[in-house]
Amino acid sequence: MSTTTLKVNGKTHTLEVDPSTPLLYILRNDLDLQGPRFGCGLGQCGACTVLVNGMAIRSCIMPASSVKGEIVTLEGLATEGRLHPLQQAWIDEQVPQCGFCQNGQIMTAKALLDKNPTPTDAQIREGMSGVLCRCMTYYRIQAAIKRVAKVNAEARPTREKEAVA
Amino acid sequence: MRAFTNVPREIEEALEKWSVAPRRSFLKSAGLLAVSIGAARTGLFVAAARGKAGGTAQTAGPYPDIDFRQLDSWIVIHQDNTATFYVGKTDCGQGTGTAFRQLMSDELDIAYEKTACIMGQTDKTVDQGGSGGSTAMERDAWPMRRAAAEARRVLLEMGSAQLGVPVEQLTVSDCVITVNGDPQRSVTYGQLIGGKRFNVTLTGANIGAITGVAKVKPVQQLKIVGQSPQRYDIPAKVDGSLKWAVDVKLPGMVHARNVKPPFACATLVSVDESSVANMPGFIKVVSKGNYVAVVCEREEQAINASRRLKTTWEKPATAPFPASEDLFKYIRSATPTNTPDPVVVGDPEAAFAGAAKIIEADYEIPYQGHTAIAPAHATADPSNGQMTMYSNDMKAYGMRTGVAAFLGMPREKVRVVWMEGPQGYGRTAAEDAGCEAAYLARELGRPVRVQWMRSEETAWDAKGPAFAVKLRGGLDAEGRLVAYEYDARSIDNNHIVYNDPETVLIAQFMGMRKATINKGSAAIPSEMYAIPNRRMTMTVVSLPTVWETPLRTANLRAPNGPQSTFPAESFIDELAVAAKADPFEFRLKLLTASTDDDASSRRARSIAVMKAAAEAYGWDTRPSPKPLGAGDVLTGRGIAYAYLGQTVVAEIAEVEVNRKTGHVWVKRLVCAHDCGLIVNPQGLRHSIEGGMLYALSRALHEEVHFDTEKVTSVDWISHPTLTHLDTPAKIDIVLVNGDPHPNRPDLAPYGAGEASCKPMMAAVANAIHDATGVRIRRAPFRDARVLAKLRAAGVQSV
Repeated sequence: MSTTTLKVNGKTHTLEVDPSTPLLYILRNDLDLQGPRFGCGLGQCGACTVLVNGMAIRSCIMPASSVKGEIVTLEGLATEGRLHPLQQAWIDEQVPQCGFCQNGQIMTAKALLDKNPTPTDAQIREGMSGVLCRCMTYYRIQAAIKRVAKVNAEARPTREKEAVA
Repeated sequence: MRAFTNVPREIEEALEKWSVAPRRSFLKSAGLLAVSIGAARTGLFVAAARGKAGGTAQTAGPYPDIDFRQLDSWIVIHQDNTATFYVGKTDCGQGTGTAFRQLMSDELDIAYEKTACIMGQTDKTVDQGGSGGSTAMERDAWPMRRAAAEARRVLLEMGSAQLGVPVEQLTVSDCVITVNGDPQRSVTYGQLIGGKRFNVTLTGANIGAITGVAKVKPVQQLKIVGQSPQRYDIPAKVDGSLKWAVDVKLPGMVHARNVKPPFACATLVSVDESSVANMPGFIKVVSKGNYVAVVCEREEQAINASRRLKTTWEKPATAPFPASEDLFKYIRSATPTNTPDPVVVGDPEAAFAGAAKIIEADYEIPYQGHTAIAPAHATADPSNGQMTMYSNDMKAYGMRTGVAAFLGMPREKVRVVWMEGPQGYGRTAAEDAGCEAAYLARELGRPVRVQWMRSEETAWDAKGPAFAVKLRGGLDAEGRLVAYEYDARSIDNNHIVYNDPETVLIAQFMGMRKATINKGSAAIPSEMYAIPNRRMTMTVVSLPTVWETPLRTANLRAPNGPQSTFPAESFIDELAVAAKADPFEFRLKLLTASTDDDASSRRARSIAVMKAAAEAYGWDTRPSPKPLGAGDVLTGRGIAYAYLGQTVVAEIAEVEVNRKTGHVWVKRLVCAHDCGLIVNPQGLRHSIEGGMLYALSRALHEEVHFDTEKVTSVDWISHPTLTHLDTPAKIDIVLVNGDPHPNRPDLAPYGAGEASCKPMMAAVANAIHDATGVRIRRAPFRDARVLAKLRAAGVQSV
């Protein structure tokens, strides 16, 4: 046991845990953040994905002690009671079937769009390829990401114009 | 207003805490009424002892069956003109809960937004068995509709008495009963019965047959049915607020992990508890027969301890099964364990003798597993001498009976709270985990949460039977199919049924052996082709050992559907090639060669979906294969069709095949689908989309690999699945039944989801053949297998 400090969704938590404990179990069982879920424990499926400093990481194989930076979970995406545009797109496109994997899909899409707000279809497929869904909602997931990317593309020229002005 | 999928008492408080304001106010009223109903039903009211946040101790039972003949068991109307529906189903993610609400709201005449649906809680909702077989709309929505219609009738009578006007002179709209021509005189449902009981008894021999006096509305009068309200369960699934079965936390709860035998049919020789006794959080090793589990305070501790526990096992005297590369040889040579009478039409032998051309082919489909995105799990709470199960098993009611029998407890002392979980398309390992959690909870005297690890799930979950199918067809001089033989052999050893306390895995490990082994089944094609002479057999064989093996068979989504449709619909294409006919035209001729039809017009509707699919795709009529293209990437299209029950579906796949790598990408999919009455078009489209891509995963990737003692495909590397990279660029779905046919005013809804899984494998194989001229008769169509076939046919080089 040792003291581990984690900053999650803007709050700082200090916990007494075995430092080798994968982040996933601490988030779910100690901090009641159950958006990230256990799917494989091997980093293969993505159901446990959280953001660390904006990077999508697999919390099931990440020892808590090695996490350096700010963690964001699915529960932390909404700001001031408003859903993140990706979450809203997920509702608009009615993406989930069972929905179990969708935490990983949304968090990975968030990291993807933060890095590249207007990805091509091929970049979406490539960027999302490591996140699995066994209800096979991939087509709908890609539609939701494209929906947000389209809004980003429409917003960009305006912002660029403003920047120039 | 948003409503929940489920509101188990234990997490009601927690749910309220997370709720947005409008949701909270509604939930409160629904929750209070549910409690009062429970009290009235059982004559007991025991205030739940509040525990720490996230859970409360369970209320003491017993939990008698909910009386499905009481209208109050189905519908509660609140004073604020909202209603809660209680149904005995579960929703595996196809939006059936939303559809139930639409149907019941329509019959009751209440706005959809003012309703909520509670399902799958054995002490609160009537027993409709849960989910399975795409029966939600086709079968189980009927009693719900009739109950809602009866509630409306009773309310109109009450309104009539209150307003002093005959029922015939009343109109009802969204809970408001108004006197015709005098809109000032009105009364609401809430005023008439809000918070009170109907005390109306329904009739009917069983739950499926229950009815009141009222009749359901004709299709033309349904207003909410046919619209696409968004699924009520989705917001909480994307904002992280939904509580799933994996999320249950109870006071005093501990975590368990299984230690599975390292090979099939192994005998446990020793367990060395001292190897883990000093590990942090260690509580106990539970071992009986060949079942072993480790229980610890924390989840990761249980995982670590289960990996460290020293066990020794003895291998069986003989290998329990052939290796997967020898499976089909074994299937063809094994002594049958079940040989139902063949289906014979006309005189096939004479027809073959007179045929101008005869072709033959052999098809193979391996074992394929459920391999849920999350491994099997359940939480069991043994408080108060009862057993409460929190599970995502789609058969919540069966789990209640199964767990009670397994533990030797009275059924009244067991209740199951169904909660959302990873995809459940058939008999999943959720049922095995349920009995394990219940057993461990009783042993420990504490709530126990158990979850399998990925390797357990992928290796030990129940499998869909493998099939070897021999086909023979005879064409006459004009290219007409005159003789047909379909000979299926499935390997369906000891087919496990739902929540069977004698075949659940823990029971097997503990030495339970059922006296009568389930013989299992094969399947014949499901099409409406007019073939004058045919013979179809469904032989079943078994593995040498059927107990304590990871190769245990059970229902897998569209049971035996892909296995029978892949050979049948590929072979029809082979016959079309032999007849030098376009594969669509060839099928259409077979469908139109007879005018015999059934009451649901299955033949006419088969023809309609075939034509609709071809039209949506822009089908160019020509024989397959097309002339071999230049370049590395070859393209082609394939069609296949099937029915399931009364639902008919035709699918077209367009593929790109890379001749250098063997890689197949299904670039475009078209589906024409007719499942009768459509309740929620958007929900239906998404369900079909998911069903098609699920079947595409089985077509391209999925196969259980094993050596002679264990399954060797144990994770997402060794057992790949469809990914974002495989996703088609375009999917078109045509709902052929989008507008109810004027001649079918009372069009029934048929099962929608599973049917879409059946034709996909064949459509893709036919497209690969169209592109390359190479026929793939063995699923899945992985790169290496396709490349080997291309090489053998000399197609690999440009």
